[in-house]
Amino acid sequence: MTAWIPEQMVSALPEVFLALSIMALLMIGVFRGDGHTRAIGWFAVAVTVVAGIVVVGTSAGPGEAFGGMFIADAFSRYAKILALAGTALALILSISYIEQEDLARFEYPILILFACLGMMMMISANDLIALYIGLELQSLALYVLAAYRRDSLRSPEAGLKYFVLGALSSGMLLYGASLVYGFAGTTGFEGIAKAVGGSDSSFGVLVGLVFITAGLAFKVSAVPFHMWTPDVYEGSPTSVTAFFAIAPKIAAVALFVRVLVGPFAPIAAQWQQVVVLIAILSMVLGAFAAINQHNIKRLMAYSSIGHVGYMLVGLAAGTQAGVQGVLIYLAIYLAMTAGAFACILCMRVHGRMVNDIDDLAGLAQTRPLLALAMGVFMFSLAGIPPLAGFFGKLYVFLAAVEAGLYGLAVIGVLASVVAAFYYMRIVKLMYFDEPGESFDRLPGREVGFVLAGTGLFTAFFFIVPSPVLSAAATAAKSLFAG
Amino acid sequence: MFEITLGHYLTVAAILFTLGVFGIFLNRKNVIIILMSIELMLLAVNINLVAFSAHLGDLAGQVFAMFVLTVAAAESAIGLAILVVYFRNRGSIAVEDINRLRG
Repeated sequence: MTAWIPEQMVSALPEVFLALSIMALLMIGVFRGDGHTRAIGWFAVAVTVVAGIVVVGTSAGPGEAFGGMFIADAFSRYAKILALAGTALALILSISYIEQEDLARFEYPILILFACLGMMMMISANDLIALYIGLELQSLALYVLAAYRRDSLRSPEAGLKYFVLGALSSGMLLYGASLVYGFAGTTGFEGIAKAVGGSDSSFGVLVGLVFITAGLAFKVSAVPFHMWTPDVYEGSPTSVTAFFAIAPKIAAVALFVRVLVGPFAPIAAQWQQVVVLIAILSMVLGAFAAINQHNIKRLMAYSSIGHVGYMLVGLAAGTQAGVQGVLIYLAIYLAMTAGAFACILCMRVHGRMVNDIDDLAGLAQTRPLLALAMGVFMFSLAGIPPLAGFFGKLYVFLAAVEAGLYGLAVIGVLASVVAAFYYMRIVKLMYFDEPGESFDRLPGREVGFVLAGTGLFTAFFFIVPSPVLSAAATAAKSLFAG
Repeated sequence: MFEITLGHYLTVAAILFTLGVFGIFLNRKNVIIILMSIELMLLAVNINLVAFSAHLGDLAGQVFAMFVLTVAAAESAIGLAILVVYFRNRGSIAVEDINRLRG
């Protein structure tokens, strides 16, 4: 069936399809104008769905493309499905929002698709050059999206901050990549693994690794490289914030895992300490800094910093179980964050967005179903059993304990207890406080579907967890096969 | 006879890179200077890449440098575009004025 495709392109078929579809949608947008943004948005959702099907359909084992720079294995397929799902959910959530907020220009879904293409490239990167190009394709689209509300003061400021700090982090990553190239003698991940594993593993590679780790920590917004997150989350349009919180995080964490567990596995002892430190700082800061926040978007920013910390706990373990834990966590994080942002997008009073936590007061009386959904997501983010968030934490902490990182696991559990405080505060506000002004009706029917879908997944994950668990196990195994 | 070795190139690149990083953090005046500092960092990386490429006798480093140049151009274009939008709303591009979002 795929005879008409050059042999070595088959593995990259999802990306090729996505790239061509984006071009086509761009042409449609240029010729039909901004009036057709809604149609282009739905087309974009369809494109991500088809790309997901292609990802699953080309699962004939590990394959390479572009001279080994690009790899398609079980790990990349799993992460790509998550990134595509996150993109699709963010697109669906945006469609009504951008119309109501007067942001409906056809570039919006196209920029999101470009970012998604960049994510898929970086998930599949098997070479420092491919890594950098994928990362930049994603980042450049995201800078523009952050500044998308161009007639306001805050959105361009968010874009500017994101741009400056993002470019700085890319620069650091690149400097690290150049050192690794120089001292390992190659840019390919297999070659680097061989050079690093050899007895003459040099100090230069180590310095390069530190720079690369710093750059990647920036992209996943782990402490101490998190400064941009709250500002960018607050300043960007809310639908863009939802996208930021879901998809790029998945791709960046997957890339982080692939780089550290792949080419740099032989010097795991060196990077493990760094990742442990970053994980502890992220969990603690995510827990404490969010307590004082009144803006729900800033609160979600600190919450996402904390969750990245939990994911890095699994990476710090450096074992197959740890990577499996990270992958499970990503799937669960995707569902509960998308749901929480669907709720946040419903926070409108008299046709205007409200972002204050106090605006949620008494939601249980005015909008009981919405309050129930928000409650489920908050309990899940806090990690209360039997909701999905609990299992995410369970697997990463288990992996950390198995790897002998008892201190890290204990700090993680303590941090999640502190973090539970601010999630519970939102539930308390919704259920026990006097109601303020009631929210408007749902911005669109599709937001309701996203709410229901993610809510059911989050609430009933414990009944049928096996599909996610086994897929994550296969994906983690493929990373440790070689 | 004095010879320029790999070490010299790496030193120059390291100095330029450090200058770029400091340029981003120490400058309180103008966002344009930050854009120039970013460019300086990327060019320092290019010196590294090309020096290593010549030293190793491997072309991949020069290919990498071409990609970095291309991406740097796209990055500056987007940075300047965002800066123009920001200036239209704020009427200033002083670094100390970028303070509407707490943090």
